[in-house]
Amino acid sequence: MELILSLGIGVMTGSGVWLILRPRTYQVIIGLSLLSYAVNLFIFGVGGLKVNAPAILTDGVAVSAYSDPVPQALVLTAIVIGFATTALFLVVLIASRGLTGTDHVDGREQSQ
Amino acid sequence: MNLAQHLIIAPILIPLVTGAALLLFDERQRTLKAMIGLASTIAIFAVAIALFRFADRIDGPDMAQQGVYLLGNWAAPFGIVLVVDRLSALMLVLTSTLAIPALIFALARWHTAGVHFHSLFQFLLMGLNGAFLTGDLFNLFVFFEVMLAASYGLLLHGSGLLRVKAGLHYIAVNLAAALLFLIGVSLIYGVTGTLNMADLAVRVATVGAEQRMLLEAGAGILGVAFLIKAGMWPLNFWLPPAYTAASAPVAGIFAIMSKVGIYVILRLTLLVFGEGTPSSGFGLHVLLIGGLATITFGAIGVLASQALGRLAGFSVLVSSGTMLTAIGMGSGGITTGALFYLVSSTLTISAFFMLIELVERGQDAGASVLAVTMEAYGDADAEDEEEEGGGGFAMPGTMAMLGICFAACGILLAGLPPLSGFVAKFAMLSAMLNPAGGESVAPVPAYIWFVVFLIILSGLSALIAMTRSGIRTFWASLEGTAPRVLVIEMAPVLMLLFATMVLTVQAGPVMRYMDATTEALSATHHYIDAVTGARRVGAPGPEVQP
Repeated sequence: MELILSLGIGVMTGSGVWLILRPRTYQVIIGLSLLSYAVNLFIFGVGGLKVNAPAILTDGVAVSAYSDPVPQALVLTAIVIGFATTALFLVVLIASRGLTGTDHVDGREQSQ
Repeated sequence: MNLAQHLIIAPILIPLVTGAALLLFDERQRTLKAMIGLASTIAIFAVAIALFRFADRIDGPDMAQQGVYLLGNWAAPFGIVLVVDRLSALMLVLTSTLAIPALIFALARWHTAGVHFHSLFQFLLMGLNGAFLTGDLFNLFVFFEVMLAASYGLLLHGSGLLRVKAGLHYIAVNLAAALLFLIGVSLIYGVTGTLNMADLAVRVATVGAEQRMLLEAGAGILGVAFLIKAGMWPLNFWLPPAYTAASAPVAGIFAIMSKVGIYVILRLTLLVFGEGTPSSGFGLHVLLIGGLATITFGAIGVLASQALGRLAGFSVLVSSGTMLTAIGMGSGGITTGALFYLVSSTLTISAFFMLIELVERGQDAGASVLAVTMEAYGDADAEDEEEEGGGGFAMPGTMAMLGICFAACGILLAGLPPLSGFVAKFAMLSAMLNPAGGESVAPVPAYIWFVVFLIILSGLSALIAMTRSGIRTFWASLEGTAPRVLVIEMAPVLMLLFATMVLTVQAGPVMRYMDATTEALSATHHYIDAVTGARRVGAPGPEVQP
């Protein structure tokens, strides 16, 4: 499970980094989304991976039987904030497309 | 809990409530919205002053129980805390000192150039104040995002091609920085199991050798996120275009935003990696070298700038670089000077951004951009009427006033006597050359001479660039038409310059305050004790009141 998770994070981060370095705004936004998914998984992972472990305490159960609730709370916040800022970025991206007539990140096509 | 303690949360609540309430009003009720926004900003200023006096009184050993606000009445490592100490109170006062002039400046015309200006402005203040007050790393992230989200809106305020292009880069860079922030925070949480800054400072000491590398990696990644905000070379190419493209009042308040990164770096390096901790001095070299590179880059940019806006944008970098260098040298005396420099340079740059808009109004470029936006929002007619009917008092002797303000900005940026820029640089340089502070003259290491040389050179480059632009703008002006400047546009610039003058005249008391601030920052156990010892309201056990 650790291997799959870390591979998943790695692949998404790699693709994300590659995409945000591309010249098209659409590629940039997809890259940022992929990166934020990778980061969300990463945050989730720092709490330690556990299967079928609840995060809510009940009496008489050893602490080691729980999963860490803090990263879950953090990841929830990060998802919400990431979602909102991506939506905002999308608006700017469309405005830029409308104003410049191109989807190049510099607002103009590179001269050939 | 007494009233003063409840005031700690007011700098966050006031703009939040005001900003949300302003959303309910229609855009046409402009005057009403403006008045509410202004009232809220003045209220924040009053609260900031009250907290400033409060922090000055309670800081040090007496800080326990007083400067800490437990949100939701949860004790320290479990809940989020707000902490007010000298440094955060200083930053609060600085923020609101910038906010009032910027808002007044916007009332002249800029707030009509788009929608929801006042709400965004209030949310920006909320994010800034929150970032300065919070004592929790993840909460810091949230306030950072509040601040950034508002700043995206404000940067785009007034629309136009230039702003959208700069905004696109600004948002992309800051989204990536936010992700780095998250990675850093979660790595630190993974190693230490805490997000509370004071608790973190305690637990860092107990981290084992094999985990330490992971912790430092986390801190490094977190540091990159803050350095992007602070504008350290090579993470700062987004900054000059973004600040140049922003409308004048927005750029005026943005002057404090790059200081947020510096504030966090200053706080965290001293708290978590201060003297006596196992990772003592972590990252200081990066700050020092990065700071020097930033000064160099900024100074070259200042010299190369043709437009005044870009000149101001690069001045932000010079200011950031100087601060980072000073922090990177890791000595108390220099930090004291650097804090003074922070206040002085932020006020200067804010005044300069607003002044530029007034100076350039007579020229074509700025005016046409504004005209286009006004037209886009259907305000052209209203504006014209105002121009003709004289809705607002035009400034008499415009060119003379603008010239004097421009000269004052130049003197402040270059760090020449008699204004506060000189006091700030003098304090930093003297602390660098004579760290002992006494009569004894110890040999100064070569790298210090290099730093001193570079800081003075950056001042010289600012002087050259300002003189050149001043001559071109005020003396070699061909058309000879004085721009029409309203009193409420000139007043904010004068207010900020007056503040720097007060800084100069009151340099003694201010310097003593900065000194106490640095001392409190280095004496981390006061901060830690205050946060970890803060009791819940109604908690059993005797109240420990020193």
